[in-house]
Parts: sequence; structure tokens; C-alpha cells
Amino acid sequence: MDSFGKIKKLSEQMASKQISCVELTKQYVEAIESDNDKLNAYVKSTSDVAMETAKRVDKKIASGEKLLPLEGIPMTLKDNISTKGIETTCCSKILKGYVPIYSATVWEILQNQNAVLLGKTNMDEFAMGSSCETSCFGGALNPHDFSRVAGGSSGGVASAVGGNLAVYGLGSDTGGSIRQPASFCGLTGLKPTYGAISRYGLIAYASSFDQIGPITTSVEDAALVYDAISLYDERDSTSRGKAAAPASESLNKSIKGMKIGIAKEYLDGIRDDVNDAIQKAIKVYESLGAEIVYFDMPSLKYSLAVYYILACAEASSNLGRYDGIRYGYKTAHYADREEMICKTRSEGFGDEVKRRILLGTYVLSAGYYDAYYKKAQNLRGTLIQAYKDAFQKCDVILAPTVPMTAFPLNFSSKDPVETYLTDICTVPVNIAGLPGVSIPCGFGNDGLPIGMQLIGNSFCEATILNAAYQYETAAGKTAFRAVDMGVRL
Amino acid sequence: MINYELVSGLETHIELSTKTKIFCSCSTEFGGEPNTHCCPVCIGLPGTLPKLNEKVVEYAIMAGLATNCEISPISKMDRKNYVYPDLPKAYQISQYDMPLCKNGYIELSNGRKIRILRIHIEEDAGKLIHQRGNTYVDYNRGGVPLIEIVSEPDIRSIEEAKEYLEKLQLIMRYIGISDVKMQEGSLRCDVNISVRPEGTETLGTRTEIKNMNSFTHMAKAMDYEVSRQIDLLQSGETVVQETRRYNEADGCTESMRGKEDAHDYRYFREPDLVTIHVSDEQIERLRKKLPEPPIVKLNRYMNEFGLPETDAQLLIKYRNIADYFEAAINDISTPKTVANCMIGQIFSRLDGDGAKENFQVKVTPENLNALVKLLESGKIKMNLLKATLEKMLDTGKAASELISESDMGGIDEETLKGLCAKAIADNQSAVADYLSGKEKALKAILGAVMKATRGRADAVEAEKLLIELIRQ
Repeated sequence: MDSFGKIKKLSEQMASKQISCVELTKQYVEAIESDNDKLNAYVKSTSDVAMETAKRVDKKIASGEKLLPLEGIPMTLKDNISTKGIETTCCSKILKGYVPIYSATVWEILQNQNAVLLGKTNMDEFAMGSSCETSCFGGALNPHDFSRVAGGSSGGVASAVGGNLAVYGLGSDTGGSIRQPASFCGLTGLKPTYGAISRYGLIAYASSFDQIGPITTSVEDAALVYDAISLYDERDSTSRGKAAAPASESLNKSIKGMKIGIAKEYLDGIRDDVNDAIQKAIKVYESLGAEIVYFDMPSLKYSLAVYYILACAEASSNLGRYDGIRYGYKTAHYADREEMICKTRSEGFGDEVKRRILLGTYVLSAGYYDAYYKKAQNLRGTLIQAYKDAFQKCDVILAPTVPMTAFPLNFSSKDPVETYLTDICTVPVNIAGLPGVSIPCGFGNDGLPIGMQLIGNSFCEATILNAAYQYETAAGKTAFRAVDMGVRL
Repeated sequence: MINYELVSGLETHIELSTKTKIFCSCSTEFGGEPNTHCCPVCIGLPGTLPKLNEKVVEYAIMAGLATNCEISPISKMDRKNYVYPDLPKAYQISQYDMPLCKNGYIELSNGRKIRILRIHIEEDAGKLIHQRGNTYVDYNRGGVPLIEIVSEPDIRSIEEAKEYLEKLQLIMRYIGISDVKMQEGSLRCDVNISVRPEGTETLGTRTEIKNMNSFTHMAKAMDYEVSRQIDLLQSGETVVQETRRYNEADGCTESMRGKEDAHDYRYFREPDLVTIHVSDEQIERLRKKLPEPPIVKLNRYMNEFGLPETDAQLLIKYRNIADYFEAAINDISTPKTVANCMIGQIFSRLDGDGAKENFQVKVTPENLNALVKLLESGKIKMNLLKATLEKMLDTGKAASELISESDMGGIDEETLKGLCAKAIADNQSAVADYLSGKEKALKAILGAVMKATRGRADAVEAEKLLIELIRQ
């Protein structure tokens, strides 16, 4: 069985001069020019930067130098990852025109590898949303069905990678923002352990939840990108680097005897076709010799409340700095400073962002702090403990990524709270700071991709990627379908 | 007529003199062109993260140890949220419910202890500059490390408030964590103040007077505020809990904002920073670095060296002076002579407190030590010591370069007698003046003797001899 991985294949083709980096990059740049209008995946093209890098890579190849793992591979960054000299907006009106004077650590690492940046991709405004539709540029569409959303908040990355407009992309995951769009677009999305990847330069939504990670078309690619970017960074105090062994080197390990845990709470209320796909995946794991362990995790029911209280509280503080004084959008007419700040924020932020700032401000206010924020903090501890207990019983937890397939357009704007509920399977992992990977595991009755999630203990990325890779190899094409657009390799 | 008692507690902000800011590597230097000591972190650009400067924790622990505080083995940073243009993140990173140091005290000269509730670390804000009808922001000061020292309401008089603050200033200066200059804002103080009938225990309603920038203003503001509160109570009105400011021009305090306008800071744990752990070893290591406390030094100077309190106070006020003094008295049996040289001749060359604090003098403590030893061994007399010290202060040379061997040593009594007799013979008019009651005339004759001995003669002895000879 061929690997689904693109990165190694392309790297080898470039090294053996079957294709030059400039040619490869051109194909992507042209594909973006012709197909991005269908998807609205990119909000900014950086083809100049891409071509410059590609030329550098070709020079290196010509001189016979060995390529680094991600060298010359065309990719994209979610628009909340700071790129020096390249506008970074978080897809919010309030940051339009903001050009960072420094680069995020992940982007520095990738630049050192001569990663070819094709552009910045669409997202829900400040990463708040599950459909990409809160973007001030309008949402990114699902390459499998243009009448469906790509998901969110890293919808643009998933749309671009799924539509073959980038080999891979980096998104950020605060409550599912990498895994959910990966699931909707039939892709692999890895949310690493909190602290595995530097957050320096990632424009914060909820600091104690945010984590950068890759969206790719294969487990192998996700492992390669993870290995490259999970470095300790002294600029991020919460950064802890990674475990010693590269995750990409243990993908082939047998999972015979691996204990895969199923917590029944994860399966409560999910759509039947999603449940069927999960049950089939469990069968695949059994056939691979894994041991399936069933248990309860009753505290999972608090996840959504805990997440929305704590994440909004942090967001209300993180977003206080957008006042029109130093950078970004500023209202045109005002009488005094107070009115300037007030109008700038009223005009600059969209409804979902305002909703979360208000919610977060409320739960931190004197008189409400104990009833909401403090209680949620305590429950966060309970959830962390519940996972610790679970990992006494199993090596990996298997769960659906989303209880359904990709939403139709405008589903989210009708009932925000209903949309919040769809985050039920992804948020617990962020609450506990654990790694989770979503991989495709079949198709729903609507023909759209279904994703399943493998959750590991802290810094056990290698374990979950190993389990994911083994499934991907065993399930083969039954779980994955490429889309006929963009660059076909 | 009820007598009222003042009840006050101080919140003191001290800028730490670390080389770099609390969360980035920008310089903390005072002044500088606006917005030149800035980087993405301290201007709060989106995506930046703070990184705690370990030196700040060390300095704060030293402040805690020097004020008898307990040091918390575990503490954390919190966000204090409020919107103001000088605060580029719209929150100040501070410490809320787990400060680094707590439960200390400072003892006053009357024996009362002013308890210190807590000391915490935090970042300073930038500064607004109003010019030509516009407002500009300078973020140079943003991110400069501060400690806030909060006292309990144990202060009972304006004098106690001043002494508490002076002691605090002296201690912080001593341990070298801040230059504690009120005029430059590296020492700032808010005064909480209330009054109550003498003999009662319940606290009255307090007001807070913000941002005292000198000791004089603090005393005046407190004086005004106490009278204002007593007047209110005596006329049957009540004191309103509020924040006030001192109006320097009118010498009064005025309302800034009431309780209902008080900020809701929505404190919560700073998620971008990890828990601060302080080990016993670290505390002991820092404790060893602490110098002798100024109060202990003061007592030692008085008891061991027999210095009067006023002199001892002058010597301990700045650590450079005390260090100089202690180096200069090495192996000296009369430290008071050294103290007199310093307070008299050396201090007179230093203009103002800044110069005293730096204490840059041309005479090294070793050279002063050698000079005083010449006196103690009888090789020179006090008048020659004084004259030589002046030359040393001018030139920076050692005494041995300025006094030749032949100048040293005393003059035996016979020689001195002969020289005195000659001086009397040479200055007959002065002798006549002296005999007619002009006592000053003797100085001229004495001058001739001293000149003849090139200062080696003991002036007191020579004067005695002259009087004796003239009377004969």
C-alpha cells in the first residue's frame, strides 16, 4: 500500500530533479489564481515570497545540498500566525492593514527550512467559530461540496489543503479549530499537546487553550510537520518542546496489544452514520490486534460549559488591546478618546467576537467570578484528572471528531448556541491540554467525509500518530477521497 | 470635644533597577527618546508573549527579606484588566491573590511595628504626554519592573508615615534593588487614610490619596485630609469612600472618583506565564547577599564607635558612604576621627544628595585610613592632618606623597620653646596688642611658630607655651 504522504514524495522528486521547486510552486500559484474563487480559502496570496523561496531551494538542489524535510514544500499559514512584513488580520476588520514587525516562532522555523509560503488562509474572526463564516472576508467553502462550509476556525487551511491548493498548512486549535475542519474536509488535523509548539506570534484567542498544529492529507505528513515545528522556545514560557523520538519514525510500529479506549459519553447523541463509521473503525483496530477498552467519563458533560466560560474569559482580556491607537482599524469620526475606542471596537469586531468578549467579561466580573470562572477552573481540574484516570486504562482514546458532517452554509449564524454544541467532542482535549488527531474514517449518508479522533496522553503524539497511521494504511481508500481540483500530483 | 486619631496605611510602588524590563530584554533606563526602549513584547503587539525576568523575582525576594516578610514558595502572575492608552495590552500583569512576599514589618524609632501585608511584582505602564493639544504615548516605561509594598493600616501619625517611608527608602537603597527617587518616580506612594475617635477600635471610612511625589507633599496632603475628615465628622456628616488627589497649588485634596466608579479589574491568572517556584536554597542564597540592615548599622556605629546619633545617621544614609567609612576605619582606634574627616571636610566638597549617594571623592578610603593612622601614631598633628586632607581632596594623592619625612614627628619641647621665644621677639607689636586685651593677636604669633615648624608643632601646646612666655 502506497503512503498517502505528499511531502516525502515531493521532496524526493525535487531532489532527483524530476520537478524543480519553481515549477512546483508555479503550479500551486496558478491553481490558487484559478480555483481560490471557488473556495475562498486564501485571504492573501504571497506568490512573490513563494517564488523567491523556490528559487533559493532550486539553487540549493543544484549545488547538491541535501534538503531539509519541509524544504521547498508549498504550504499555507492560518491568518492568525504573525508573518513579518506580511499582513496578518485574523480575518477581522479591526486588524485590516496590520503588518507585523516580527514573525511567529513557527514561521521562523519554517523559513529556516525554506518552506514555500503560498499565502495566508481564511479563518473565523479571531478563531472564534466553527464554520469559518465569521471571517470578515466571508467563509471558506468545503472542497467536497461547495454548498457546505469548510469548518472552523481553521477553515481556510482545510479548504486549501483539501482543494489541493497547498500541500499542508498550519492552523490553530483552541476548541477544535484544527480537527473539526480537517474532519469536515476529509483531512488529517493534529492538535499537539499544549506546550509542544511555541505560541509566540500566534495571535491569541484563549491563551491556555490555543495550540498550533498541521492540517495535511496524510498522517505521515502531519508527523513530519509536527516533528519540524515542535521545538522548545524560550520566548514562550508555556513551551516545553517535544518528546525525544520523532513521531514520523514510529508510524510503522505494530499496534498489536495497544489499548484503545472508548468513552461512551463521546458517542452520546452523535448522528447514526457518524456512529456507524466509528464502529467500523473500531473493527479495523480490532483486526489490527488492538484491544478495545470501554469506560465512562461522566465529567465530559461539563466540557462545553467549562470551555466557553474559560476561553471567553481569556478572550475578553486578550482582545482588549484592539483600541485603534497603535495599529489596525480606527474609526473615522469621534469626539474624544473614549468614543474613539468605543466606536473602533463596535465597528471593528464582528458579532461572534463581541458575543464572546461580553460573555468573558461577564464571567470575570465582581460578583460572578466565583459562580462561573472559578467553578469552571475547578472543573477543568476534574476533567484533567478524568483523562489521567482514563490513560491508566488505555493508551489512546478513540472518539468522533464532530457528531456530524460539514454544516450547510449559514447554519451557524442561525443559532450560535446550537453551533457551540457541535464542539462537544473536540473541546475536552483542549481543556486537558492533550494531543488529538482527527483522521478521515469514511463518509456520511450525505456523501461528506466523517472524521474520527485519536486522543493521547501528554506528549504522546507519536502514539496517536502511530495508531492513526496504522488505521489509514489498513482502511486505505475507503476512508479517504481526494478532490478533483487544484494541483493533482 | 472628641479627639480624633489618624489611621493610615501606605501602598508604595518601587521601580526595580534591573537592567532589562520585567517581560522582555528592553532597557529600563530612565529617560531616552520616546518609544526607543520598546519591542513587540512591551508594546503588546498581537501574538507576543511575556517572559518573566528572573532578576525581578530575586530583587523582590530581597525586598521581602529586608522587610521581615515570609517568601511564598509558590506564587503566580495575574492579569489586571483596565483600558487606558498607556497600557498597550489593556491589562497589567501583576499579582493578585498569591503575592511573592507577605507578613513583614518595619520597626519605627518609637518601637512600633508597621506591618507589611504583602509585596508583589508587576509591570509599570507607559506615559501620556500632552503637547500642542494632542496626546502622545511614550511606552519606554511600559514593562519596567515594579514592586508594590502594601502596609497594614498601622500608621498613627504623619511623622510615622514619613518615618515608615524613609525607612523603606533607606532599606531598598541599601539592598541595591532601586534608586528609590521620588522625583524621578522610582518611588511612588498612595496613602490610605481615615480617622476615628481616640480609644475606639473600629476603622473609619477611608479615602485613598494617589501618587504622592515627595515627602513634603505627602505630609501636607495627609494633614489636609485628616482635618477635612475630622471637620466632616464633627459637623455630623460622613466621609465618603473615594480616591482623591493632592492639589499642589491649593494645598488640598480633591475627589478623583467615588466607590461606584471604582474599576472592576476582573483579575484572573495570567495564562501566558507559569507558576513561580522559590526554593529554600534560593531564599538562603539571597539572604546571604543582603547587607547589614541600616538600623543595625546605625546602632553599631553609635555603640561600638561612640558616634553621636546625628553623625551615625549621616554615615548610614547611603550605602556608598557607609562602605567608605567602614573601609577607612580598618585598624583604626579612633573611628570618630575618620567620621569627622568625612562629615566635615569630605562632605563639604559634595553638593547635594545625589553627590553624597554616588560618593565620588578623590581620596580613597585606604588613603584616608593611612592619613588618620599618621595622627594616631603621633607622626602628625590634627592641624597638619586637616591641611593634608584638603590637598588630598584636591589632588587625589596619598598623604605619603604630600608630607615629607622631615615634616613628620613631633617637635621636642625645648626646640618648641626656642621657636616660641623667637616668634615673640619677632612680633613685638602683636605681643603688645595681645597684652592690651586683643586675644586674637596671639593667632598671628602662633602662625609664625607653625610656619617655622612646617605644621609639625602641636598648635594647642604651642599656644599654651606662647601665653606662658608672654606672661613671663
